[in-house]
Amino acid sequence: MISSYFMKMGFGILALTILISVGLTEDFDDMSIYHLPSKWENQDGKEVVLSELKGNVLVVVMIYTSCQAACPILIGEMKSLEAQIREKSSGDVKYILVSIDPEQDTPERLKKLSQENKMSGDRWLFLRGTIESTRDFANLLAVKYTKISPVDFSHSNIISVFDKKGVLIHQQEGLRVDNKATIDKILELVE
Amino acid sequence: MRMLGALFVILFSVGFKGYAVAELVEIEGGSYLPSYGLKTGSQVDVESFYIDRTPVTNREFLEFVRDNQEWQRTNVKGIFAEKSYLQHWTSDLEILQGQEDFPVINVSWFAAKAYCKSKGLRLPKLNEWEMVAMASHDKKDAREDPEFTKFILSSYEKPKTYLKKVRLEEPNMYGVYDIHGMVWEWVEDFNSVIISGESRKEGDDGLFCAAGSVGASDLSNYAFFMRYAFRASLKANYTIKNLGFRCAK
Repeated sequence: MISSYFMKMGFGILALTILISVGLTEDFDDMSIYHLPSKWENQDGKEVVLSELKGNVLVVVMIYTSCQAACPILIGEMKSLEAQIREKSSGDVKYILVSIDPEQDTPERLKKLSQENKMSGDRWLFLRGTIESTRDFANLLAVKYTKISPVDFSHSNIISVFDKKGVLIHQQEGLRVDNKATIDKILELVE
Repeated sequence: MRMLGALFVILFSVGFKGYAVAELVEIEGGSYLPSYGLKTGSQVDVESFYIDRTPVTNREFLEFVRDNQEWQRTNVKGIFAEKSYLQHWTSDLEILQGQEDFPVINVSWFAAKAYCKSKGLRLPKLNEWEMVAMASHDKKDAREDPEFTKFILSSYEKPKTYLKKVRLEEPNMYGVYDIHGMVWEWVEDFNSVIISGESRKEGDDGLFCAAGSVGASDLSNYAFFMRYAFRASLKANYTIKNLGFRCAK
């Protein structure tokens, strides 16, 4: 009697444990960036957890607002990608600019950058994390960066494309390169 | 300050559940000219910090994965560690007998970082690590000592230096063991190494955001460049059989 009671309880606990563990670890792809638990702030000062973006194709670049040299070119490239994709598809694509300078790039500064460059609407997302989450994120993208003065960074110029599960599929490296391969990849993933 | 440091080390040694924790040693802050800066004169300033006396061992890392299941071989996510993660262990929780005190290898940057975090520590920064690595057993900066450089370079050529117990060789003047001659080591900001020409297809540094590439002005310190090139080639989920780590604070 007692032993069967304990056995039932044992099964109950086991079932509960399974339920809890299934609930906690969502079934992301092994290579998904959504395993990264970090929290971010967007250009409106709202908290964003990366996994909220699941289901969208992501086009991601890392920049900082006080950058004078390559960032305007990268921003122009993002705008050009967005415009070209919009012509051909109405699928869910998010264009994400992640700050590599979370100490300086407040939501206000990111908002200003988005307004100045006419990158508004819910397709555009500007994110700021912490120094640690920024380095984690850059490392998932194999983006290199280093602070070379209080206001300047040296960084690699990479635009990354993620599929709807958050897996890195394609990277466009360098400035002013032919973006046809990137556009084809985004259109293929958004289908 | 030194007293405080000693007290800290003692507290740290006894602070964790009784099992062996790599002891930390205090490194006094200072400035130095990194080998790449000898021509430009760009000093590196390092604040005082603590660093593990030895690389983290298999035994220590086993304790960590025992307590943190997500870092066990079968559970770890591919995005955080490659397939070869801890492949020198016989199973999730078993080390090959006799290798307990060998430095842990086949660990990714994410795993190394998580280990240090679990101890309330962090990975050393590149500039911190290099400052400790400049010291020989009797000089704080032994970079001009040809014997010292020869010793480092010859260790880079030696195979399987990772199959060795930590703390067998003489420590450097900080009391830090095995920073050379054992394993390459992860640093927190390994991705800050940008070597001109790498992922720069334009071929014109001026086009890049405040291009600050490593200029080769001190070829005498070839060992230093080998480490830089190695770091530049890494990705954070790589697991390599001669790459380990130690923690700092």
